[in-house]
Amino acid sequence: MAFTKLISTCVPLPIDNVDTDQIIPARFLKATSREGFGENLFRDWRYLPGDVPNPDFVLNQERYSGLVLVAGKNFGCGSSREHAAWALADHGFKVIVSSGFADIFYNNALNNGLLPVVVAAGVLGRLFVQIEKEPETEVVVDLPRQTMTVPALDLSVHFDINPYKKDCLINGLDDLDYIRSRAEAVSAYEAQLPAWR
Amino acid sequence: MEASHPKTLFDKIWDQHVVERREGYPDLLYIDRHFIHEVTSPQAFDGLRKRGIRVKAPHRTTATADHNVPTRDQHLPIKEKLSRLQVEALEKNCKEFGIDLYGLGHERQGIVHVIGPELGLTRPGMTIVCGDSHTSTHGAFGTIAFGIGTSQVEQVLATQCLLQYKPKTMRIEVNGRLGKGVVAKDVVLYIISQLSAAGGTGYFVEYAGSAIQSLSMEGRMTVCNMSIEMGARGGMIAPDETTFQYIKGRPLAPQGKNWDAALACWKSLPSDAGATYDKVLRFDADDIEPMITYGTNPGMGVGVSRKVPEDAPNMGPADMEKAFSYMGLKPGEPLLGKKVDYVFIGSCTNSRIEDLRMVADFVKGKKKAPDVNVWIVPGSKLVEAQAKAEGLDKIFEAAGFELRQPGCSACLAMNEDKVPPGKYCVSTSNRNFEGRQGPGSRTFLASPLTAAAAAVTGRIEDVRQLMN
Repeated sequence: MAFTKLISTCVPLPIDNVDTDQIIPARFLKATSREGFGENLFRDWRYLPGDVPNPDFVLNQERYSGLVLVAGKNFGCGSSREHAAWALADHGFKVIVSSGFADIFYNNALNNGLLPVVVAAGVLGRLFVQIEKEPETEVVVDLPRQTMTVPALDLSVHFDINPYKKDCLINGLDDLDYIRSRAEAVSAYEAQLPAWR
Repeated sequence: MEASHPKTLFDKIWDQHVVERREGYPDLLYIDRHFIHEVTSPQAFDGLRKRGIRVKAPHRTTATADHNVPTRDQHLPIKEKLSRLQVEALEKNCKEFGIDLYGLGHERQGIVHVIGPELGLTRPGMTIVCGDSHTSTHGAFGTIAFGIGTSQVEQVLATQCLLQYKPKTMRIEVNGRLGKGVVAKDVVLYIISQLSAAGGTGYFVEYAGSAIQSLSMEGRMTVCNMSIEMGARGGMIAPDETTFQYIKGRPLAPQGKNWDAALACWKSLPSDAGATYDKVLRFDADDIEPMITYGTNPGMGVGVSRKVPEDAPNMGPADMEKAFSYMGLKPGEPLLGKKVDYVFIGSCTNSRIEDLRMVADFVKGKKKAPDVNVWIVPGSKLVEAQAKAEGLDKIFEAAGFELRQPGCSACLAMNEDKVPPGKYCVSTSNRNFEGRQGPGSRTFLASPLTAAAAAVTGRIEDVRQLMN
């Protein structure tokens, strides 16, 4: 699941505070595997009662497609369910661009090879306008350089990511590999714990 | 050292739990206590099996079944197949990996954030995690407690550690005395309404001030529980006599010499005078009235006597409009008098004995309005038993309220407890997101008192006008 550079069109979701209950409603959390959650991604926005696709929802509109979801601020707020990140990745998204993410979702995304890119509110606004005007607009997300470029807007912005997590994404590593490599330090710590802790 | 470098409660606990700090890496943080439930743990156990790893410290993890258990006929097999399979998977995983399970049928089963403190597993100075965002509840005891994803559940099971960047700190003070009919839930709904649903993002909050200190442990848990609803990583309150009295004598709390040693440590935890925070906010208890939400995130709340506002902090016009359309409300419309169909009293926010007592005290001798369905779902078997021992069940029955069995229930509607499409529910839970209580459901978040007032009148009312 290594990630380096990606060029793709975008799917716009110009809604703020998209919570994880919208990304994947609780009633679809009953599976005991990580697979298949994409089917119910944004279920209650994507389908009208009777499971009829909602023509007003962006995932049902042919003019928009791509591996990059562009969403309003505070994306992924609410429940800690990692199923939200699994559903987005299972649907095929590789990058989420927003002007802000909720903390738990941000980490869950990174732990699943899904890159959250934080950009300034002004950049996000310009990107929404551009995608709506020209859905074929491509963005270039370059993780090693930490840049997102929108050639159509002649725009290139830097994004932050912590160096450890960046390295994990580029090399397809996860936290568990790293923590297990620090077993000696953990044992030393445990050895000095008082009995009541 | 202390005098020259005063530390916050948060910094003291964090620093005591750093196993290793290396340049270019997040801190490696030791986790004292891990809670798991049926929904966010199965994939973590699968991960362990795939890698051939055992659970490092099984005694540091405690399990319960709560999210999708039925709240009626819990002695029968769970009817809904997928829910049953998930609960069975938890039982199997706990057995295979040697983890204590307070499952269905256990006399101490209940919502994970209710039973942890009841058992004496939640104690000051700890790091506590769970695959659930409301893990912040445990911060009421002066702990660093926060929700994690399933990949991290697997990491904790395997290593008892997590990699974490240290968040910024925020101190929120509420000073003064809470007015009549104003309770802990109103305090936290008020704070969130001032900060918005994202105002705490990137921060760990310490709640302080005389109004916070005056709260019982139940009230403090209610406040810390909703820290996540303003985006904060967690919330905490300095431990004091109220905390120690709550813990003392609990079945799994330290005893004898261990208690004395623990207590000495806990007393050193409160923030030092002069400790600095990245942000400090102060509120006056006098400004807080019984609160209610009108929108689709917990930041969209106002005093119950106010009108539906036109705007809210950090919300754009399109988002306000979307929320109004979903809720069937118009800006400028009064909230008082709005007809409600359901009342839900429960969830990890407000399902403890104090909450049930508060409701019973108010409804004693009254009856529910004819068209309202009222569900009371206790947070644990212990709360249920206590309510019955105190005769609260008789008061609820006489009022026409339905006292059910413990679980998360209609807070997230994973089981059959759902509010039907388009119907209004006054709920003591923590989230008013679209569809949270069932597809198409419309939620007004409020305190147990305001919920009780809605139950007996069938409308949103100012509970202060109905109190003796």
